[in-house]
Amino acid sequence: MDQQQALQEYLLRLGDSALILGQRLCELCGKAPAVEEEMALMNVALDLVGQARNWYEYAAELENQGRSADDLAYLRDAHEYRNLLLVEQPNGNYAVTMARQFFYDAWHYFTLKALVESSDERLAGIAAKALKEVTYHLRRSSEWVKRLGDGTEESHAKMQEAVELLWRFTGELTSTDEVEKQLATAGLAPNEEQLACDWQGLVEAVLSEATLELQPEDAWMYKGGKQGEHTEHLGYILAEMQFLPRAYPDAKIW
Amino acid sequence: MSEWPLFEVFVRSKHGLNHKHVGSVHAADARMALENARDLYTRRNEGVSIWVVPSNNITASSPDEKEPLFDPSHDKVYRHASFYKLPDEVNQM
Amino acid sequence: MYAQLVETGVKKIKSLEEMTPEERNFQEKVDAEVKIEPKNWMPDAYRKTLVRQISQHAHSEVVGMLPEGNWVTRAPTLKRKLQLMAKIQDEAGHGLYLYSAMETLGADRDEEIEKLHQGKAKYSSIFNYPTLNWADMGTVGWLVDGAAIVNQVVLQRTSYGPYSRAMIRICKEESFHQRQGYQILLDLMREGTEEQKQMVQDSINRFWWPSLMMFGPSDDQSPNSQQSMAWKIKRKSNDELRQMFIDQTVPQLEFLGCTAPDPDLKWNEETGHYDFGEIDWQEFYEVLKGNGPCNQERIATRKKAIDEGTWVRQAAKAYAEKQQQKQQSAA
Repeated sequence: MDQQQALQEYLLRLGDSALILGQRLCELCGKAPAVEEEMALMNVALDLVGQARNWYEYAAELENQGRSADDLAYLRDAHEYRNLLLVEQPNGNYAVTMARQFFYDAWHYFTLKALVESSDERLAGIAAKALKEVTYHLRRSSEWVKRLGDGTEESHAKMQEAVELLWRFTGELTSTDEVEKQLATAGLAPNEEQLACDWQGLVEAVLSEATLELQPEDAWMYKGGKQGEHTEHLGYILAEMQFLPRAYPDAKIW
Repeated sequence: MSEWPLFEVFVRSKHGLNHKHVGSVHAADARMALENARDLYTRRNEGVSIWVVPSNNITASSPDEKEPLFDPSHDKVYRHASFYKLPDEVNQM
Repeated sequence: MYAQLVETGVKKIKSLEEMTPEERNFQEKVDAEVKIEPKNWMPDAYRKTLVRQISQHAHSEVVGMLPEGNWVTRAPTLKRKLQLMAKIQDEAGHGLYLYSAMETLGADRDEEIEKLHQGKAKYSSIFNYPTLNWADMGTVGWLVDGAAIVNQVVLQRTSYGPYSRAMIRICKEESFHQRQGYQILLDLMREGTEEQKQMVQDSINRFWWPSLMMFGPSDDQSPNSQQSMAWKIKRKSNDELRQMFIDQTVPQLEFLGCTAPDPDLKWNEETGHYDFGEIDWQEFYEVLKGNGPCNQERIATRKKAIDEGTWVRQAAKAYAEKQQQKQQSAA
């Protein structure tokens, strides 16, 4: 794989994770635990879908095959999607929603922080804009993890369960494959060890402040999202999200 | 009774202007109140700074006190620059 | 949109002579267009009517997220998705502005929301209609928000200060909603396929009459309007507003190249207004009573969200208290 192909692949990973999590948050519309949270969730979702569009536009340009950002979002099947397994997991209760958000935000924050320094200017520019948004996302989700973890007995139990439920999907956040290694060497993407160390450090700090038990270091981890091997959930997400362009393939405009 | 207390929200819209009361939010604590206020009252780039104050910490003047509180300042015209007539020769002051 | 059927609890409007000095002082202020502020004296019926009206308005905004939420996961392009999300977020925000205005009257938000969930509070009946195709996202923006804006623009001058200020803010933000909706329809009609154009006409057929119903019963069937007008918490009659809406909407409809499902709709040279057919008032009252296609689902969804969120809100409160104790013992 040459460097440009690797970069295209990487852009899809960034875009797909943001889009799929944004889509999951859209499912919560009208269903949040307080009206204030409706605002906040939709806000995060808006940021994420906006970021996905930016990554796709860049990916489409590099690809130069006449595909648009919308084509990338709406006309790829599950095996072509490159998002993290974590973000396609169902919303569950609010503890699950917030644990998923926090694990992702922590990864997203450190990833973007590294990308801002990327030698690719366009990449660095998109990352810089996204980083501001994600700094806020991370602040919010880490506060919610603490509130639920160290709130009531009931919320503590639910938060602990959520951490245990989702932990197996977090290994993928901090371990890199050939694509990412190649880009890291070229100064385009974050260095694996640094990212893993930052992520681990923050997650441990927040979980212990939230009085939550940390998970064993040798816990079994599921991987494959970044390479296109997903859980059963993604197919349904795409079926819903892509319904209109798929059902009306002749439509040129919406 | 509402589960989350009420906070009054003040937003400074541009550097140099005072914070202005814009409404209220419910939140479990002050930090959450700040975030809720940010999400609610600055969606269109309206603010550079936010204050939140628990609503029950605000003491307001009562309309009954309007006369003793505010009427006495009506006739103190000498507090306003326009009270002082300058000679034409002195242009600006 | 939402002030069309608010009980005032007042049988007969008092003349200035019949009023107590306090009442007279209040009415004279209202007549002189001086805004009433939270701490000013106000008749009990005025306060209660306002709480009812503002909470109805706020509930409508929040329930109004649901018909659009129904399509936000299926928006057909990233641009449309972002626009729809921003619009839905505004609706939650407008609900919050209004609840905030309502609370300045001493009402409690959670109690008012509880009334909604028990079926004791009203909200705009338009949201009890389903959104069945993508063009509905255009029609809801164009017709439903359009009707709401006609009503809300006049409410900016309502006599109660906090309500008026909330309306000003809402109107400013909502101007993009209607355009966004119309743009969806315009794009589909101009460059869409035959199927897409049919979607638009089908959507207009379903939303036309319910949008006209949003202005409430005819003036002769609105016993509460007179008192609300005297208090200036309502500024124009239901029929006046409805006519304004129709007059401004029909040319837009024609520009789209669509038709309204009303054979009697035509321009009247003499009156300078559009004539239109009789609204099915039986349907209006049935939907209002809870017999619309989505009444049960809308309330059930909102109730479920708040009920299932109880442990979350309690946890946040418990955490806040713990943190406060920690701070105090550290000090």
